[in-house]
Amino acid sequence: MNETQKSANLFRLALRRLVILFGLGLVGALASATLVRFAPGYGVTERDLDPRLSANSAEALRQKQALNQSLPAFYFHYLSALARGDLGESDSLKRPVRELLRQRFPVTGNSVIRGLGVAWLAAALLASLGLVIRGWFFEASAIAFNSFLLSLPSAVVAMLAVHLRAPVFFAIAVAVFPRLYSYIRNLLIRAYDQPHVLAARARGLGSGAILLRHVVPLAAPPLLALLGVSFAISFGAAIPIEALCDSPGLGQLAWHAALSRDLPLIVNVTLIVALVMLVANSLADFAGRTFAGSTS
Amino acid sequence: MTPLQKVAASFLCALFALIVLATFLLPAHYARQFRDIPNAGPSSAHPLGTDALGRDFLARLLYGTRVSLLLAPAAALLATLIAAVLGSAAGLLGGWFERIVLAATDLSLALPWLFLLLVVRAMLPLDVPPLVSVVIAFLMMGLLGWQASVRVICAAARGVRDSDFLLLARSSGCRPARLLVRHVAPNLRPLFYAQFFISIPLFILTEANLSILGLGVMEPMPSWGNLMRGFEDFSTLSTNPWRLTPLVLLVIVVMCFHLVLPSQEVAQ
Repeated sequence: MNETQKSANLFRLALRRLVILFGLGLVGALASATLVRFAPGYGVTERDLDPRLSANSAEALRQKQALNQSLPAFYFHYLSALARGDLGESDSLKRPVRELLRQRFPVTGNSVIRGLGVAWLAAALLASLGLVIRGWFFEASAIAFNSFLLSLPSAVVAMLAVHLRAPVFFAIAVAVFPRLYSYIRNLLIRAYDQPHVLAARARGLGSGAILLRHVVPLAAPPLLALLGVSFAISFGAAIPIEALCDSPGLGQLAWHAALSRDLPLIVNVTLIVALVMLVANSLADFAGRTFAGSTS
Repeated sequence: MTPLQKVAASFLCALFALIVLATFLLPAHYARQFRDIPNAGPSSAHPLGTDALGRDFLARLLYGTRVSLLLAPAAALLATLIAAVLGSAAGLLGGWFERIVLAATDLSLALPWLFLLLVVRAMLPLDVPPLVSVVIAFLMMGLLGWQASVRVICAAARGVRDSDFLLLARSSGCRPARLLVRHVAPNLRPLFYAQFFISIPLFILTEANLSILGLGVMEPMPSWGNLMRGFEDFSTLSTNPWRLTPLVLLVIVVMCFHLVLPSQEVAQ
């Protein structure tokens, strides 16, 4: 395959991904709108409870509101507001959701990126060490340690972090590390057992060189895909961790919204997180395919 | 089965037997309050002491273990059933149905699992009786926890779609529903078992997280999650270290499930 064909294939792939992303985003937005529309207490305002209004007046106002808020009209208004970046207002905090997201997203983003950095570094180092050392004792200890961490609920990790005064990103790293380690270890072992790696070892190439020149390039595309998935894992872990560590991020906001049954807030926060995750996954997948294409 | 897997499986079986027989073994009901001995240490009457309300901690631990260990497999069964039906049908029928199912799976997989659970939990009333809270927590997990399994099952069903035995069944006039139940499902049975076992520890951990956050099983009904809510007060833990038993038990059980799980190859 020549360079032009490769570029055309990549362009087609990127375009397809964009269309899928747009479609999934639209479906997610419609699902969010449906949840908000059918939430208990939707459309009930303080005016409905005004004792000065007679039953007839209250009913007339309700009819008028119902006319304005038919389902297709509601979807249209919701989607057009969403396109303008208007995500509505939080019922419990009485503030625009957009403003809350603008304040909270950087906090979670910072914790997640730093936590992921630490988790990836630790997992990659431990998995690579396991390949280089290849002793049963090291392997058994690493698996036992990983299995122990995998069995700890994120909320317990958060409580430990509070007790030890550890930063939030460290708690996220501890929650994400075991999931990454299992995948990275399996991927590296699979790549290490390939015949060309065996041939390189037979020719006396050092462990470090084998790892860098033969194993990592082979495992890179699935590792890049794992990078996208690890964002979702760490955002999920951020909910109990931020809630219990009292960190003012998206996780704490989602927890607060769930406890106060603030559906417009939780649904819109989830929609934005879903869109961020979809973009991260698509980018990771695209990067993986580009890398695979460039090395093949 | 390796010796370690045998030990893990035996431990799980023994624990299941213990929680089933818990009613006959325990001196007190999990909600009974011995008001004159709150926060008591271990004694012959209360082997793991009592909590701040004077409730026997061993009774609460065993009942909590029963809630977590019996309902997590129930939720896993529900999730696996949904995944089996959707995944097999999508793989067998292909076309638009497969695309829609996989797109829905992609969308829900893009969401962090806990966010999805919080959205659904926020739609339901929080002030519910404890038993209802147990049903809500595990039903929610069962109804929302099928996505990861669908992809795997759909891929496997796609693999058997063009096989000779299905071609023969189709040519004999076999309907899609019968094809699914009589021909596809039996071939994918090991995969269903694998997905079922993989889901159990995941649901145990999710229940713990939800209950610690106050969105899972409600008091006075015990579960591993709400028993661990007391961990926030570390001063109590340092004087009463036996309060860590729910965490120790949860970690051991989840590790045992990981040990007895089918290998990655079978699961995929």
